Amino acid sequence: MADQPVARTAAKPASLHPDGSDPVLSAKQQRETLKSAGDSLYANRVKVYPKAVSGPARQVKWAILIFCLAVYYLVPWLRWDRGPGLPNQAILLDLDGRRGYFFGLEIWPQEIYYLTGLLILAAVALFLVTSLFGRLWCGYSCPQTVWTDLYLWVERRIEGDRNARMRLDQAPWSASKWGKKLLKHAIWLVIALATGGAWIMYYQDAPTVTRQFFTGEAGGTTYFFVGLFTATTYVLAGWAREQVCTYMCPWPRFQAAMLDEQTLIVTYQKWRGEPRGKHKAGDPWDGRGDCIDCKQCVAVCPTGIDIRDGVQLECINCGLCADACDEVMSKVDRPKGLITWDTLAHQQAKAAGKEAKYKFFRARTFIYVAALVILSAVMLWGLLSRATTEITVLRDRAPLFVGLSDGSIRNAYTLKIINKQRDAQDFTLSVTGLPGADLAVRGQDDSELSAEKLVLPADTVSTIRLFVKAPKAQLQQERLSVTVAVKNSKTGERAAAETLFIGPPVP
Amino acid sequence: MPTKIEKDAVTGTDTTGHEWDGIKELNTPLPKWWLYTLYATIVWGVIWMILYPSVPLGGTYFKGLLGYSERQNIETALKQAADQRAPMMAKLAETPIDDVQKNPELATFALTGGRAVFNDNCAPCHGVGGSGRPGGFPVLADDDWLWGGTRAAIQQTVTHGIRNGGADARDSAMPRFGADGLLTPAQISDVADYVLALGTPAGTALSDAAKRGAVVFGEQCVACHGAKGEGLKDLGGPRLSDAIWLYGGDKASLVKQISAPRQGVMPAWSGRLTEAQIKMVTLYVHSLGGGQ
Repeated sequence: MADQPVARTAAKPASLHPDGSDPVLSAKQQRETLKSAGDSLYANRVKVYPKAVSGPARQVKWAILIFCLAVYYLVPWLRWDRGPGLPNQAILLDLDGRRGYFFGLEIWPQEIYYLTGLLILAAVALFLVTSLFGRLWCGYSCPQTVWTDLYLWVERRIEGDRNARMRLDQAPWSASKWGKKLLKHAIWLVIALATGGAWIMYYQDAPTVTRQFFTGEAGGTTYFFVGLFTATTYVLAGWAREQVCTYMCPWPRFQAAMLDEQTLIVTYQKWRGEPRGKHKAGDPWDGRGDCIDCKQCVAVCPTGIDIRDGVQLECINCGLCADACDEVMSKVDRPKGLITWDTLAHQQAKAAGKEAKYKFFRARTFIYVAALVILSAVMLWGLLSRATTEITVLRDRAPLFVGLSDGSIRNAYTLKIINKQRDAQDFTLSVTGLPGADLAVRGQDDSELSAEKLVLPADTVSTIRLFVKAPKAQLQQERLSVTVAVKNSKTGERAAAETLFIGPPVP
Repeated sequence: MPTKIEKDAVTGTDTTGHEWDGIKELNTPLPKWWLYTLYATIVWGVIWMILYPSVPLGGTYFKGLLGYSERQNIETALKQAADQRAPMMAKLAETPIDDVQKNPELATFALTGGRAVFNDNCAPCHGVGGSGRPGGFPVLADDDWLWGGTRAAIQQTVTHGIRNGGADARDSAMPRFGADGLLTPAQISDVADYVLALGTPAGTALSDAAKRGAVVFGEQCVACHGAKGEGLKDLGGPRLSDAIWLYGGDKASLVKQISAPRQGVMPAWSGRLTEAQIKMVTLYVHSLGGGQ
């Protein structure tokens, strides 16, 4: 590490001015400086000290943050009465019982495709939003952003704003510095624990697991996952922060494919801002740009970039730089919006002095919307036409068929019949497509059951053996297509499955 | 070695100084924590190698400080599984075979285990699912039994076997009517015709040969196969009036079988399987579709 000495002096804001102001280089610029000082293949982390900012983007960000956290922490406590013997938690993924409960909906393990569908929907929605408005997800609702923002808020309350934090980090260790740091990390850990704890509540009854957690009765798995999510929350939101977005997350790497010149993204209006430079009150604005190079946009950026460098992968599109710039612009009495949401096409047009148009309906947004509509329709149709009875037929392969002493042929099948209803139901079992068929039904314990009155217990998969016997004279073909069906005697709901009846070669 | 570090015009980033055929590599440094993560995984790997079996040492290997052994784990797991099954196995051993059905849990346990025992021990001859094999290995899934298809009869057959020389083994022998000159070829042909006619619907007129065969059948065969060829399970005499044939049901096969009979042998399983296992496999065979 040939660059260590240089890196140390530069990485710590040793260049912080004695008066507490700092020259505000973006993290990227600082890394560039460090790198050229020594040509290491590895970059030192440049700690980002985002400055507090207020404005519309910040307001929206707070609102979304509070909403997201409230949903995350409170949803497990919602109750939903499902009747006796069943969990009364509105959203519960019961891994032991192998059921997912979502309000009135109960998902079985084999219906996991609903989850797949939901994930695909979420992905397409993300593509759509990104192609329209840039990385709104990253800037406003990504858990990494939400928890980092919350942690930063705690940090600011304890250590103060940007400059105070920078001074504190530089100051020698004292009782007050220890106190502040310990308090901050303690609060961070409490938040992390609450986050890890809430995660577990989605998989177990929330009141029960909360009590068990504190009385030491919860299982090892519970403590392990609470520990895991506590640790990841603390490390990712407290320490890693923008490093997650820049180096760990794949989404920034994709963004070039998701954005185009019609996407509304946070942009610096170069045509209006340049040439930039310091401006004294009373000086004329002619012959120069509106950017007074105050670097407030850099100071507030949670990922430590300079938005004036253009679109870059570190930008999470949160718009805090726009808030900071607007504040400055109103102070120097220039129009707001030097940094704002705008499309690249729009900007080019404005730079050329032409009239600009927004174009939200493009081929890609149309395709995303179409995909969303189709997928949602398919999912909805799947949910609405969801059967409470399902049947699967497994044909015995050894033996393929059995010749009986009276010359008739018998095939055997294993049936899996799902009764998703809350009580035992009577069914009639029938086989069609085979004249003269004689059915014998047996339970898993070889007990005799009746095909006319097949009682299937509540909320289970029953395994049933079915023997179908047919006179040889009825077998005109070696392989006959037959249908095995069960019909609910009360509701008339029917579930059927196709299978084969195989006999000896027909001469 | 880096030769010439320069600034890339487009990105404004330094190059590493590496160049291949005019392609220059930009210096986009990885974060340091990334490097430290790599070092941490190396340290982790070394610790892992010390704790767990890792380095081959000629005929042996470094066993690791934790004394971990996958082979031992499997033995422990197998023993645990056997211990878990032990109460059910004991219960099965003491329950009479005809009473197992009264306890659905025990019956399900027995059938599941019986399938495994059957596939390990019986399937080589009788086929998976009791599908039988040509050449005298009976189908166990049909409704015809040489020695009886009740649970008790199947249990007896499995326990002691057939024609294996054991004291309690099922035993029977069919005379070699042709090979030992007990019947003339013409008589054998007539009897075969009669046996074929046994399976035809009642009232079908017999051919002359079959009529002659009926006389011979009455003298030679009824003792074991019954007056109408209905079989005698106590003696293991096969039923001849049905559609199931162990060695073939056409005339040539019948003639061959009457002339020089083939007779299957089955080992006794009492010494090889536990009593509970024999009960399991008995119940499984009984459940295949032909149990009486």
